[in-house]
Amino acid sequence: MAEGIKDKVAIIGMGCTKFGELWDQSAEDLMVDAFKEAIEDAGIEKKDIEAAWFGTHFEQLSVGKGATPMSTTLKLPFIPVTRVENFCATGSEALRGACYAVASGAYDIAMALGVEKLKDTGYGGLPGGPSLMGTRSMLIAPNMTAPGAFAMLATRYFAQYGLSPEGGKNMLAKVSAKSHHNGVLNPKAHLRREVTVEQIMNAPIIAWPLGLFDCCGVSDGSAAAIVTRADMAKKFRPDPVYVKALQIAVSSGEEMMYNTWDSTHVETTTRAAAKAYEEAAIKNPREEISMAEVHDCFSITEAVTMEDLQFSPRGRVKEDIDAGRFNLDGEQPIQTDGGLKCFGHPIGASGLRMMYEMYKQLQGKAGERQIRDPKFGATHNLGGFPGMSVISMFIVGL
Amino acid sequence: MAGITSYGAYIPRYRINHNTIFSAVGFLGTFPAPGEKAVANWDEDTLSMAVGAAIDCLNGIEREKIDGLYFGTTTQPYMLRQNSAIIAAALDLQPNVRTADFVGSTKSGTAAVLSAFDAVKGGERSNVMVCASDCRTGKPGGPQEHLYGDGAAALLLGNDGVIATLEGSYSVSYDFPDRWKASGERFEHAWEDRFIRDAGYSKIIPEAISGLLNKYNLTIQDFAKVAYPCLYPREHGNIAKRLGADPSQVQESMLATVGDIGSAGPLMMLVAALEEAKPGDRILVASFGNGSDALFFQVTDRIAKVGDRRGIKKNLAFKKELTSYERYLAFRNLAPMEMGMRGEESAPTPMSTLFRERKTVLALCGSKCKRCGTPQFPYQRICVKPDCGAVDEMEYYRFSGKNGILFTYTGDNLAASIDPPAIYGVVDFEGGGRSQFDLTDCDLDSVKVGMSVEMTFRRKYLDEARGVHGYFWKATPVRN
Repeated sequence: MAEGIKDKVAIIGMGCTKFGELWDQSAEDLMVDAFKEAIEDAGIEKKDIEAAWFGTHFEQLSVGKGATPMSTTLKLPFIPVTRVENFCATGSEALRGACYAVASGAYDIAMALGVEKLKDTGYGGLPGGPSLMGTRSMLIAPNMTAPGAFAMLATRYFAQYGLSPEGGKNMLAKVSAKSHHNGVLNPKAHLRREVTVEQIMNAPIIAWPLGLFDCCGVSDGSAAAIVTRADMAKKFRPDPVYVKALQIAVSSGEEMMYNTWDSTHVETTTRAAAKAYEEAAIKNPREEISMAEVHDCFSITEAVTMEDLQFSPRGRVKEDIDAGRFNLDGEQPIQTDGGLKCFGHPIGASGLRMMYEMYKQLQGKAGERQIRDPKFGATHNLGGFPGMSVISMFIVGL
Repeated sequence: MAGITSYGAYIPRYRINHNTIFSAVGFLGTFPAPGEKAVANWDEDTLSMAVGAAIDCLNGIEREKIDGLYFGTTTQPYMLRQNSAIIAAALDLQPNVRTADFVGSTKSGTAAVLSAFDAVKGGERSNVMVCASDCRTGKPGGPQEHLYGDGAAALLLGNDGVIATLEGSYSVSYDFPDRWKASGERFEHAWEDRFIRDAGYSKIIPEAISGLLNKYNLTIQDFAKVAYPCLYPREHGNIAKRLGADPSQVQESMLATVGDIGSAGPLMMLVAALEEAKPGDRILVASFGNGSDALFFQVTDRIAKVGDRRGIKKNLAFKKELTSYERYLAFRNLAPMEMGMRGEESAPTPMSTLFRERKTVLALCGSKCKRCGTPQFPYQRICVKPDCGAVDEMEYYRFSGKNGILFTYTGDNLAASIDPPAIYGVVDFEGGGRSQFDLTDCDLDSVKVGMSVEMTFRRKYLDEARGVHGYFWKATPVRN
């Protein structure tokens, strides 16, 4: 039986830029800013980093391919640098590489950095065209966008659980309103204003039933983490954050090609979460996970993720949403930093941005957003489309 | 005796009233004719409609038996890349099928029928399908826009199970320059209407029909129905008078319901006549275009055994009015539409991929696991059923004729589309198999989880810069 990653790796430094439509900053600028904050936070120098992982998704929109965009920007001195890409889990995938590197004993200190510059495309939203099936996609894939792909989750969820369009949209609106509230409190967030449930429900439809405020922002940003072996962590700082679980689950194809998946949940999230809880020895996630940053690319994604992570019973997340369970002052705060909803989703950076919030919360440094005495925090990314996805799941704690 | 063994038709869902066009742009020197015309949806063209008619014609017929496919049109999407070969691929016909395009005249539909008949009557071919389809776009405000409608017909010709024998024909050919279009031109040119009417329709059609009657020693009264096109409603009636035909013998021209349908017109009228025919009826069909082909059929007692067909009747009844002329312009690519920068991004069509995956893309074939029986799309080498996973135990499985249930869907305003919102969803096929498809010919308000859908062959994209018409299948609410 494999041992897993629990308590083998510690995060000793993190950096995160302000996210937003950063017309005056390049991807390279953002990398430098995230890097500076991370090594200062860790109290190390560049020469201490022995290996690095670099996450970026749409390389064609900004930095180009390979690892050299990061190594040459940061002037990393001929160390091994690996570029990774795994849809929206790209940032978490970079962190995973760095964690395994130090856990193996091959290196003492490794870095993960993710960046994405989405606002040089000339239009809102993500680049067009389905990108899941390569050259085949233009031949046989529907004319899909990300909002549409996730809207189909909502359509089915509403139908399965008998929610009227109004009832379903009301549930989803509360998800977004909560995140907007948290984003107001976060100076690094892109969108920082309160939005009411009524405004959200009445916003223009992007992809039925999802309206404008059901969709996360589109922004530029970068985030970075420095990791070391757990047994060395206290040499760097008194409050390192330890990795308790690290899981990736990827679709087998059965969701979209076999007829059993119900499209009211995400099978990969369900599987990754179950394994992560086992790895972290968590028996009751609803009670034991203090807080989480989940992949709220769309409000419906966050809603079903609450069920997939076993925070809410199947088909009953509405009760928890209505009761305010996931609000900043609720029993299990979610998206304490404002989430993708308010940060936008510079793909390569998002997983590390989520971890930045969990790290700061565990260290008690989350300012106005600080929750009381968190024990375990989780991050969750959903890459691809609900039925054909890559999930990353981290659990961290002190 | 060789003849027609099956028939089918296709009329697009949209109709635009002549007044809608007239009130927007008027017509040069004329008035709106009564009625409406059929308009292809933005994702339809000559070729997709031909496939629609062929599928109707093939209902209940084994496709392996088809060994010829002839296509008559004046608006073939491709000048180079055989259009009939694309239709044959979409129908998943065998590679040993003989394909040919008949183009360049509105009599190319009847020309294709006569060639198919020649091939089957001597036994050279067993079952030859003829598709005729036209989707002619006239200049805004002009008479062609006013009068031309879109549609398709399909006939299967063979020697077994003949429902109407082809008893004879008579053809005349003139370089009658009423309408013309040079290679590379988008719109037709036309000479004066009075010339087309008086020196064309009213002389050439009677000449062909009289020639046929003389040749076979028949009179017009020997026919239950006489079908021929004419762009001018009143002249359509005058031609019947000139032939000595009673109005009850004249097959309705569909000018006020579908429009003048070019190459497909005579064959669509023939299909309409067959729908009403009794054993022993004789039907005379004449085309028009640089001359005329007149064909004479005799209906057999097998006419009653034709299976369920949408034909003309059901297609005519299935319609939605297009109330906006501006949308019509967008559908026909007559107004440059803003697709956004996202919509402008387009990769070249990977032709070698398209050829390698032709059964997937054009015929909507996936695979079926021989071990567990699970259908799957697209073709998989390793079975997707979780507890099966058989490797390389697959056979081809065609989804195009399978209906499905709409499992989930959305209407997407962000996706670049000529007709937003782009509606798409996940289809669970009857008998198993699931995949996601664009939806077409529906309105978001009427789409529901769990509704029945069927598959329809459509133009997926048009890459004008690279000269590519890309085709694939979409789901559409079952036409009832």
